[in-house]
Amino acid sequence: MKDFIIPDRDYGTPAAKSKQMVTLTIDGFDVTVPEGTSIMRAAAEIGISVPKLCATDSVDAFGSCRLCLVEIEGRNGTPASCTTPVAAGLKVTTQNAKLKTLRRGVMELYISDHPLDCLTCSANGDCELQDMAGAVGLRDVRYEAVQTHFRAKDTSGQVNPQYIPRDDSNPYFSYDPQKCIVCSRCVRACEEVQGTFALTIEGRGFDSRVSFGAKTDTAITSDCVSCGACVAACPTATLQEKSIIEIGTPERSVITTCAYCGVGCSFKAELRGDELVRMVPYKHGKANRGHSCVKGRFAYGYASHQDRILNPMIRENITDPWREVSWAEAMEFTAARMKGIIEKHGRHSVGVITSSRCTNEEAYLVQKLTRAVFMNNNTDTCARVCHSPTGYGLGQTLGTSAGTQDFDSVEQTDVVIVIGANPTDGHPVFASRLKKRLRKGAKLIVIDPRRTDMVQSPHIKAAHHLALTPGTNVAVVTALAHVIVTEGLFDEAFIRERCDWDEFQDYAEFAARPENSPESTALLTGVSAEELRAAARLYAKGGNGAIYYGLGVTEHSQGSTTVIGIANLAMMTGNVGRAGVGVNPLRGQNNVQGSCDMGSFPHELPGYRHVKGEGVREIFQKVWGVQIDDEPGLRIPNMLDAAMEGTFKGLYCQGEDILQSDPDTKHVAAGLAAMDCVIVHDLFLNETANYAHVFLPGSTFLEKDGTFTNAERRINRVRKVMAPRNGYADWEITQMLARAMGANWGYTHPSQIMDEIAMTTPSFAGVNYARLEELGSVQWPCNEKAPEGTPLMHVDGFVRGKGKFIHTEYVATDERTGPRFPLLLTTGRILSQYNVGAQTRRTANVAWHTEDLLEIHPHDAEVRGVKDGDYVRLASRSGETSLRAKVTDRVNPGVVYTTFHHPDTQANVITTDYSDWATNCPEYKVTAVQVGLSNGPSEWQQDYAAQAAHSRRIAAAE
Amino acid sequence: MSPEPSHTNPQAKLIYMANQIAKFMESKPHAEGVALLASHINDFWEPRMRRHLFSVIDEGGAGLRPLVLEAADRIKRPVSA
Repeated sequence: MKDFIIPDRDYGTPAAKSKQMVTLTIDGFDVTVPEGTSIMRAAAEIGISVPKLCATDSVDAFGSCRLCLVEIEGRNGTPASCTTPVAAGLKVTTQNAKLKTLRRGVMELYISDHPLDCLTCSANGDCELQDMAGAVGLRDVRYEAVQTHFRAKDTSGQVNPQYIPRDDSNPYFSYDPQKCIVCSRCVRACEEVQGTFALTIEGRGFDSRVSFGAKTDTAITSDCVSCGACVAACPTATLQEKSIIEIGTPERSVITTCAYCGVGCSFKAELRGDELVRMVPYKHGKANRGHSCVKGRFAYGYASHQDRILNPMIRENITDPWREVSWAEAMEFTAARMKGIIEKHGRHSVGVITSSRCTNEEAYLVQKLTRAVFMNNNTDTCARVCHSPTGYGLGQTLGTSAGTQDFDSVEQTDVVIVIGANPTDGHPVFASRLKKRLRKGAKLIVIDPRRTDMVQSPHIKAAHHLALTPGTNVAVVTALAHVIVTEGLFDEAFIRERCDWDEFQDYAEFAARPENSPESTALLTGVSAEELRAAARLYAKGGNGAIYYGLGVTEHSQGSTTVIGIANLAMMTGNVGRAGVGVNPLRGQNNVQGSCDMGSFPHELPGYRHVKGEGVREIFQKVWGVQIDDEPGLRIPNMLDAAMEGTFKGLYCQGEDILQSDPDTKHVAAGLAAMDCVIVHDLFLNETANYAHVFLPGSTFLEKDGTFTNAERRINRVRKVMAPRNGYADWEITQMLARAMGANWGYTHPSQIMDEIAMTTPSFAGVNYARLEELGSVQWPCNEKAPEGTPLMHVDGFVRGKGKFIHTEYVATDERTGPRFPLLLTTGRILSQYNVGAQTRRTANVAWHTEDLLEIHPHDAEVRGVKDGDYVRLASRSGETSLRAKVTDRVNPGVVYTTFHHPDTQANVITTDYSDWATNCPEYKVTAVQVGLSNGPSEWQQDYAAQAAHSRRIAAAE
Repeated sequence: MSPEPSHTNPQAKLIYMANQIAKFMESKPHAEGVALLASHINDFWEPRMRRHLFSVIDEGGAGLRPLVLEAADRIKRPVSA
């Protein structure tokens, strides 16, 4: 789908949602539109574009430019068509002598205070002011402006106080006030679309200016989160991508899917030749509806970063320097090593890790490699360390390992619980959609140890913030159930119809026990009983209740139990199976849902079917022509344990940096060091590659075809925008390896892999590339019963039949504070960086976050003599590291917080290897630590840096 | 700084994991808890892990919670490699 750049039609004002239709006449043509539609939009529907400047369909009408005037029979004057709603029987004229004169007059005034440097302007060819001057037939300007905003000096040579120089402080876009027509589109986009309120109009009349916060602020020092909504909304060159300024306008575009978080935003990659000029959020993307965040919109520079490795490399030992080789030699070397290991140690001594950053097709091939070529089930994926408890918990209670809603559902929700998630940083585009709903009156309950931006930010305030002690999620969730049960707030009709009433009775008896009451749990959770009771009442009886949760739920010893508890809450209040409700895991990586769907877990074939099932194995055995092992394989931590005991020797790791992202770094390092063949397939020499024998350079999402599945089960196309700089797409590289190992794979396009997935996996039966082309995207299950996919799950009944209530008894984690380690560390993300930072650290996003900081409460800081910005030592039972402190009351006393975006901090040296009881998902969110002043990097950091530098040597070519 | 929960010993780690599962299953009706504990381990533990578990059970099961021992009969004994 390579289009020439034809801008998406702008209807001027947002679509009306009314079901009531109204018919009117515009320029003699009848048009029928929903009640509440503007005349401007109604005209656009029949192809009549009324001239406009301040209106755009991403924000509400404003009526300031006076260019879109129309005449209406029987009404006085010339109303603005953007702010005038349709009414039955109206007769509207959009073009006549009077309107033409008025519009020209308006344009004359605009142009009299606008520089006429169109030829050298960065918006040349993409400027709505220019377009409108043409549209209204502006031929000369009668006014000579005495005062302007665009001349640096006035006519007498004095400095013009109205002139404001260009603000280039944001790394990705410029703000050039001299080009500004003060249409307020940027201000409104910041408010309505993004919800940050960083922009404002200061001054009145001629003094009105767009301003980033206070007068002393620049773009970078303001609250601006660089989402790009203002840039997209700006009709002129005032807010412009720097890449456009540098390169010029693009000439073609390709619609594709962002490779950062699990929201899975659709973008138009706009190019000139094969140079990527900019990424623009795609208006018809069903996950993002035309919005974006700083990562997807701007942070793509890593694809062409100098650190990117483009040739395969091998080495005998991990102490040797790397040697660049041909693809053929790399494959020969790798296959020989892996075959040698299998021969000597047996077929269970090797395995794979699939990537949640690669496509569905690629994940499918990697698990197929281990199942059909290595002949074992040793496959795992990074979901192990993030959402594996979601798979387990939702599978047990509801019957599917996935969220129940689409993102649009949030528009109909009345009460939202956000638990263990920080969407403004982790899932920013979803957060913007949620905040929009909250500003319209929905209520919010935040359950999080930290005062995140969701708790309070401009025009958003949570009704209840349950600031619990890390590790006590289960106690809080069960206490919520206690209140709902004992106060009779449950939905009996729903439970009787959709669940097993006796099972609910049993669960209710459990939840009602006195030890689960909020008064009892308050002692360990630190959450006030009154606040918790109020929150439970609000969720149960406040209308449509939706729960959104993240890794703060899953990454605990009792992660799976909390997920079960969340599902229990939704079922007992009848909040499943329609729009506006549901249980919604916010997935971490772009394709974490997809990689799980594709059979990346060691116990499941694609489509979440256990390998013990003979029927399921039979399906794949027929297609693959091999015998499939009926025993579950090793999970990532089990692989490392097996490596330490000498029974696991070879690992193919695609697009995943386990050394940095997995807990207890020392244990991971020791496990990797004990292997004979570690194959890292990635864009960069990541931390895991320090222990690798083979490095296979990967391709970026811009360089291949495939699909990603986002948190709402939406299968979105990833389209090849440019040729892979490393020579091959990742699916081709896995195939080369399989062939080198003796397999006869012969895929020539990822669509063939999807066809194989559809043939073997019932929930994907209706998915193919032609269908995706036709519908844009589909949400699985997509099959005969749901040919267009399934936006909402469990509508008529639960997938598993009856919804299952399961006891959620609180078991305290063994990771406890004590005299040596009195504080609890919890970890998270920030907006501008992404996970281990491999991509975002290699972009200008470092302007916002150059290092990981330790957030510590003023009380805890003071007793330790720690001041803001001090270098501190952070120690746990596992290890220690050093980083700078940020003193803040966002965390409670007793709790400290940091991010894990930078390898030199290595926050995972600190985390322990305690893990979820059901899935081994590591307990990242709770570590007992001590903090003290420090002089600099810890011994481990110094040793690590030295080892990494040594390991990354590449031998010079001869 | 010595890490306190010693995970260098594979058996100690598996005892810990089995007990974690037991703690969850203990809140269920007894018979169901036993059955589900066994099927959880059968479904998610690779034969090597089960082998280590059995080596503990066969020596009397020191350190394992009673529910694990009760479920032992229903845990699939891996065929020797």
